[in-house]
Amino acid sequence: MNESLFSLLNYGVYGTAVILMLIGLYGALIKKSLLKIVIGLSVVDSGLNLLIVALGYYKGGTAPIFSPAYLAHPQLMVDPVPQALVLTAIVIGFGVTAVALALVIRLYRHHGTLNIDQIKNLKW
Amino acid sequence: MKKLLVIVLLAVLGFYTASTFFDIGFGSPHFVKGIDPVKDIYINQTVKSLNVPNAVTSIVVNFRGFDTLGEVTVLFLAVTVLGSVLYKKRHEVGERSVLFSASSVVTSGAKLIFPAIILLGAYVFIHGHLSPGGGFQGGVIIATGFLLMLLSYESYSVSHKALSIVESLAGITFAGVGLLGLLHGGSFLHNFLPTGVMNSLFSGGIIPIIYIAVGFKVAAELTGVIYTVLNEKGEGNE
Repeated sequence: MNESLFSLLNYGVYGTAVILMLIGLYGALIKKSLLKIVIGLSVVDSGLNLLIVALGYYKGGTAPIFSPAYLAHPQLMVDPVPQALVLTAIVIGFGVTAVALALVIRLYRHHGTLNIDQIKNLKW
Repeated sequence: MKKLLVIVLLAVLGFYTASTFFDIGFGSPHFVKGIDPVKDIYINQTVKSLNVPNAVTSIVVNFRGFDTLGEVTVLFLAVTVLGSVLYKKRHEVGERSVLFSASSVVTSGAKLIFPAIILLGAYVFIHGHLSPGGGFQGGVIIATGFLLMLLSYESYSVSHKALSIVESLAGITFAGVGLLGLLHGGSFLHNFLPTGVMNSLFSGGIIPIIYIAVGFKVAAELTGVIYTVLNEKGEGNE
């Protein structure tokens, strides 16, 4: 990989992750529809996961799996700890999204609308 | 006004978050190599004491196995909350909110592809300690198979009782293996089985057993979530 491409990646990956987080937060704070708020939360999740995984990468590293070709070169592997943590975070994110959607369904059943302006006590 | 406030706040947040990470630098070796002994210990111990090629699996299931048990518990909790929030009396169950008829191409294709999806999921979680993948990924793949069937056939239904039996058995297996480790080695989730030959299917001690249990558990829980939400009747008082 040549240098200029790598420096583009340097800002590209972290930048993408941070922008994803900001888009998600913006959606969760501004949008009126409850479904869009839940989607915003899960977009924040994706950005965070990308950020953590990218943090464990280092230049020229391979996947932390001891295939025969890399058996003698454990120093070439990227950090496996963030990947394991992100595996956990994805599952927790799924749980959060599922519970949030269940609450949205329940609110829709009760109020007949997804617009938080029309549901009292849900405004900020 | 509110929009402006939010944009300013997010800009400040984004600027500081991004500048922190740009300072570290993407893929900079000094952050990982040498200064970070945790990575070296995990990667070396993966081969030395566990004989498992996949370092992520060995961390998730063995070194941080307790964490994974908690994670599976959170998933179980999410499914339980979903079931209790979307609770319905028995006579209200029956009609699905998402009603559409799939074309014959979709129905026959789904029937054809369903066993292959289940097989792929089983392969992914059985080989979780050898190749990329594992219990969570395999379980999700199996749940997508059930999602395909539920979307293709209106009459297709999954037994909640069977799901909860599979889920409970898998959970008991995980906790039971952990307790056996307590008996053998003095610590919960101690790897008490022989680790075998590296890169073979029966290796890694308790890792494949736990990951297969996790695979079944995740598959059952996700299928339960999909089925519960899909069978939800939209009855708002508009």
